[in-house]
Amino acid sequence: MSYLQQYFQSDRAGNSMLGALLAIAILVPILNLAVPESSVFHVSTYTVTLIGKYLTYALLALAVDLIWGYCGILSLGHGAFFALGGYVMGMYLMRQIGDRGVYGNPELPDFMVFLNWQELPWYWYGFDMFWFAALMVILVPGLLAFVFGWLAFRSRVTGVYLSIITQALTYALMLAFFRNEMGFGGNNGLTDFKDILGYSLQSDYTRAGLFAASALILVLAYLLCRNIVNSKLGRVVVAVRDSEDRTRFLGYRVEYYKLWLFVLSAVLAGIAGALYVPQVGIINPGEFSPLNSIELVIWVAIGGRGTLYGAIAGAILVNLSKTWFTGVLPEGWIFALGAMFVVVTLYLPRGLAGLITRKQAQT
Amino acid sequence: MDHCSAVQKTFSRIRYGSRLLLLLFGLVVAWTNANSVMAETTGFEQIVQSLTTSKFRDKEKAVRELAAVQDKRTMPVLQALLDARLYYRKADKRVVIVERVDGQFRMTDPVTAEELGTVPKRKIKKIGINNKLRKLLKSKLASLSLEGPDPSVRLSAIEQMQGQLDESQYLYIKKLLEQERDDDVRSAMVAALALYELDNGSADQRIKAIEVLSGNLAQVVSNRLQALLEQDDLEKEVRKAAIKALDRINERLKINSIIETTFFGLSLGSVLLLAAIGLAITFGVMGVINMAHGELIMIGAYTTYLVQSVMPNYTDLSLLVAIPAAFLVSAIFGILIERFIIRHLYGRPLETLLATFGVSLILQQLVRTVVSAQNVAVSNPSWMSGSIQINAALSLTYNRLFIFIFAMIVFVALLLILKKTALGLQVRAVSQNRSMAKAMGIRSDWVDAMTFGLGSGVAGIAGVALSQLTNVGPNMGQSYIIDSFMVVVFGGVGNLWGTFVGALSLGVANKFIEPFSGAVLAKILVLVFIIMFIQKYPRGLFPQKGRSAEN
Amino acid sequence: MSMIRRLNVVKFALAGAALSFSALTQAADTIKVGVLHSLSGTMAISETTLKDTVLMMIDEQNKAGGVMGKKLEAVVVDPASNWPLFAEKTRELLAKKKVDVIFGCWTSVSRKSVLPVIEELNGLLFYPVQYEGEESSKNVFYTGAAPNQQAIPAVDYLMNDLGVKRWVLAGTDYVYPRTTNKILEAYLKAKGVKQKDIMINYTPFGHSDWQSIVSDIKKFGSKGKKTAVVSTINGDANVPFYKELGNQGIGSDDIPVVAFSVGEEELSGIDTKPLVGHLAAWNYFQSVDADVNSDFIKAWKKFIKSDKRVTNDPMEATYIGFKMWVKAVEKAGTTDTDAVEAAMIGISVPNLTGGIATMMPNHHLTKPVLIGEIQEDGQFEVVWQTDGTVVGDAWSDFLPGSKDLISDWRAPLTCGNYNVKTGKCSGQNF
Repeated sequence: MSYLQQYFQSDRAGNSMLGALLAIAILVPILNLAVPESSVFHVSTYTVTLIGKYLTYALLALAVDLIWGYCGILSLGHGAFFALGGYVMGMYLMRQIGDRGVYGNPELPDFMVFLNWQELPWYWYGFDMFWFAALMVILVPGLLAFVFGWLAFRSRVTGVYLSIITQALTYALMLAFFRNEMGFGGNNGLTDFKDILGYSLQSDYTRAGLFAASALILVLAYLLCRNIVNSKLGRVVVAVRDSEDRTRFLGYRVEYYKLWLFVLSAVLAGIAGALYVPQVGIINPGEFSPLNSIELVIWVAIGGRGTLYGAIAGAILVNLSKTWFTGVLPEGWIFALGAMFVVVTLYLPRGLAGLITRKQAQT
Repeated sequence: MDHCSAVQKTFSRIRYGSRLLLLLFGLVVAWTNANSVMAETTGFEQIVQSLTTSKFRDKEKAVRELAAVQDKRTMPVLQALLDARLYYRKADKRVVIVERVDGQFRMTDPVTAEELGTVPKRKIKKIGINNKLRKLLKSKLASLSLEGPDPSVRLSAIEQMQGQLDESQYLYIKKLLEQERDDDVRSAMVAALALYELDNGSADQRIKAIEVLSGNLAQVVSNRLQALLEQDDLEKEVRKAAIKALDRINERLKINSIIETTFFGLSLGSVLLLAAIGLAITFGVMGVINMAHGELIMIGAYTTYLVQSVMPNYTDLSLLVAIPAAFLVSAIFGILIERFIIRHLYGRPLETLLATFGVSLILQQLVRTVVSAQNVAVSNPSWMSGSIQINAALSLTYNRLFIFIFAMIVFVALLLILKKTALGLQVRAVSQNRSMAKAMGIRSDWVDAMTFGLGSGVAGIAGVALSQLTNVGPNMGQSYIIDSFMVVVFGGVGNLWGTFVGALSLGVANKFIEPFSGAVLAKILVLVFIIMFIQKYPRGLFPQKGRSAEN
Repeated sequence: MSMIRRLNVVKFALAGAALSFSALTQAADTIKVGVLHSLSGTMAISETTLKDTVLMMIDEQNKAGGVMGKKLEAVVVDPASNWPLFAEKTRELLAKKKVDVIFGCWTSVSRKSVLPVIEELNGLLFYPVQYEGEESSKNVFYTGAAPNQQAIPAVDYLMNDLGVKRWVLAGTDYVYPRTTNKILEAYLKAKGVKQKDIMINYTPFGHSDWQSIVSDIKKFGSKGKKTAVVSTINGDANVPFYKELGNQGIGSDDIPVVAFSVGEEELSGIDTKPLVGHLAAWNYFQSVDADVNSDFIKAWKKFIKSDKRVTNDPMEATYIGFKMWVKAVEKAGTTDTDAVEAAMIGISVPNLTGGIATMMPNHHLTKPVLIGEIQEDGQFEVVWQTDGTVVGDAWSDFLPGSKDLISDWRAPLTCGNYNVKTGKCSGQNF
């Protein structure tokens, strides 16, 4: 009991965030479904999908923070894992359409029909089953991260070199997915989804369910990450960040620790992508864009790298202000966003989380 | 006296009579003259006038008729029509050749060469031509200029006609060949004649023609030889000769295409080099990850645009002015970024990435707001247009050639600056050991600003070059930033030679893969190659040696 | 003290209530028009113009007394060339801002992203860009050209008037060029063109190094038969493409290029001297001589406060869509989506080329097809046009998957993709 107490006390800001997440996981769907629209307390479906999207971004930011903030691996290509997870989910959702596509073809998705594809490519098999797709959400990004990381960490690619080749990875994947021959819908990607597990994606209940699932998975991922960084393994990882060579000389197989964490992070990013797609209704190669990956690093930086709650807060805050700015200042919001990036890096080197810890230190 | 007077009288009478006669004669002459002139003029004028029709078919007929009339005035009319300088007055439908003078149009009558004064645009209407007509005009003008004084005009005229001679043209060119002095024109004429004989001559003539053509790389030659081989009733010797000739041509074409692809690759490489070399300084030497590098390139390109709009009549010169201007403008932007932002972030390279990403967003949107969200037009000076003909099948475009040379000059200049100047020495000192350099009395913050300014200025120059190849718009920087990083990292951070070799080899590799895989896959393969390469050589092509490399 | 504070609170509350009340009444007095065009990111190049066009139309309409006595109010958002953001912003416009109609989208992917949302919330979208067809939604009106209103007439022109025998179909690798080229390939083959006389090439977005491809086209075109390039190359990639063509000495009289995505606005970013004679197929050109067009151009230049700005085809499509919507709202007497949708079919308004555009039951327009040649001043000169107007075909007759589909949104069919063979209407989201 006292252990638990201590455990939770060690991360006060994180705990309040967990509490808040759990609260909205329960409250938001209720306020959306049970409270009548005329009431002030009603949360509109628009808000539900919006916050749901932010939550998946937050999960992605958490994944990046885990490797960047704690292990010092700056991946400028994490969007790739997110997008792969999204594509896997998209393929499942595509197969769920069945013969309800515009051409009424029971087997082939619409984009294949009008580009004259005769049969389903082999890599689309199995995606009509949810369990298979769910497995793939974990396996595909995880496997890619494993191969990539195994090669990179074994040959001790570090620093900017690693950052740039992760960027090359996501760039190459973007170009590949843009190709219509790949069989993933090219530039349009996958869209026009109908239902998930038999529930219509357009119903408010499904949305609320997806929302709650995103929030809960975020909470679980948070707990998992906190567990990891507080464990012995976490200490080694931080040691790798601070001085890779010294850790190696102490006898730790640095590359295994890095690889392990990198794969885990990629899987988390993939799950985030899988949750993202049914909520926004489209997945396309733009998600692989290197600029997206850079931006998500910025979320983490703004929230405060090296603090898990900071990453989540950063992701939500940046996206919230983006949504707000694009509506309020459609022509000038980019200035505001750009200025925000500059100001935060200059004056808040440890992000918003730095503000909190500074305050804590003062009191 | 009487006699005299009588004679005088007669004379006077005769004079009178002759006056009358003369008058009469003169009238007749004048009449007939006028008649013939009128006949000629009406013929010519009528045809010219018939150009005002809106139907292209009728215009085509008129052009053919004009070309058939043996008249000196034909060529200027056809040329004006081709150059879109042939108009007609809206008031009386009179056809005029115009010249643009200060936004007004000075008109000349094509028939009488009479000056008709200057009018604003809305008083006249252009006689439009279409694609088909344009081609017809060019070929008609070509055959009209076969006897012209300029050998290059004659050459292009012959080249236009190659492979499509009729008998009369064949005989005509054969005659012209005897008087032709220019070697190039002569060989073109010989080829044109041989091509005619290939189709129409006897077996002996054909074999001779094939011999003449066997070294000729012009596409029309191999097309004709190919067509010849497809004939079933071909004489054996002719067939043999044709096959041999074709093989020889194909052999040489293969070499050509390798040279061509290499040139394409080097050209792509030089673009990459220009885009990346500034980054090699700011990123490689200073350790700043400048995400706004692409936008500095963009600023250079917009400077080119501004310089061109300031001096619209000196397009040829404007580019030369734009180079230093773009360097200065981008350098100033760079120094400002350094002074206000990057200075606070030394030793935190990844934070520079975040801040400069913000800067890049701001700069893009700034251009969108201040200039426009649309692309702007940067024109090519005449010396950057067109291509240099190496042989019939191989030509290298001037703009690519110049940009390649330009990239080499920029590279050498940078190398010299870093190796031979005091600034270069200081830059290297600061980049190797900042505190030691400071201790030696180097003003490190001044050096930082100058280095960053140099790197940014070079990005600006790259913008000038890119404005000649591609779009100038708010997004242009983004398309180069990632490639630039790849090049610098592939070459080895902190090594200009690495960037040089990296850029050129990636360019050439890309172009050699492209024919087999298509443009997209080629790029993907190059990226995969870079990833694999870095796995094998984690510090790039030319790893930086020494202590500073370790961190 | 506390009394005063309480008083203040009451005052504020009252003021707040008054404010929100006035906001409410104002909301009731205006009709909200959503504008969903990217103002930043890669598509801002094309889309900002359309945003300005809609704003101009709203401005003019308000000066003329609005619609049904109510003023129009523009609600502009920036989806930032980010496709999922298009969906989000659509939801924001419909659910939060409660707009009555949306004018927006440029790329097909943005429209596809918006589609599920607009159908779910039963909104109204006017889509003003030429596109690949293969779609007909209850909630979308397509005021740009379908492939049969642009690509096929252009190919006919090249074949019949220029005698083209060999074809290069060059495009950017995305849905519009892929579909258009599939349609054209089938069409050309139906006309007896052999496979070896067709070259198809795809390049990525923003492709800038055209050396090898142009050199291939040059070789392909030098085989003795008249060759033309049918270009569905998108936006940014065009400038380097045309520059490379010019520099490698391929003139419009050797190998003409007919483009479906290059209009006046794209040309204003290019030095057009080397391009004279290359072609484009559209349903509108700025150079078309019509009174209504010169009025429009004048109004546009005045609105945008620049003499240099040009007009283009998607602007005309926006113009037609807007005029039709106004007419339909007045006919229906309400801005209610279903009523306006029903009223839209059959509505006719003058287009800008001196003809009439009519909304067909498949939510596509009747349009004239014009083929223009690029002139030195960056304008087009019309060299050919269809005799009358062509009806937009939502489902191409030249694709095996869609040749049996028809679209008719009138009762009793009320279906966007009715299969005449099976008699089924599938894939409806309502």
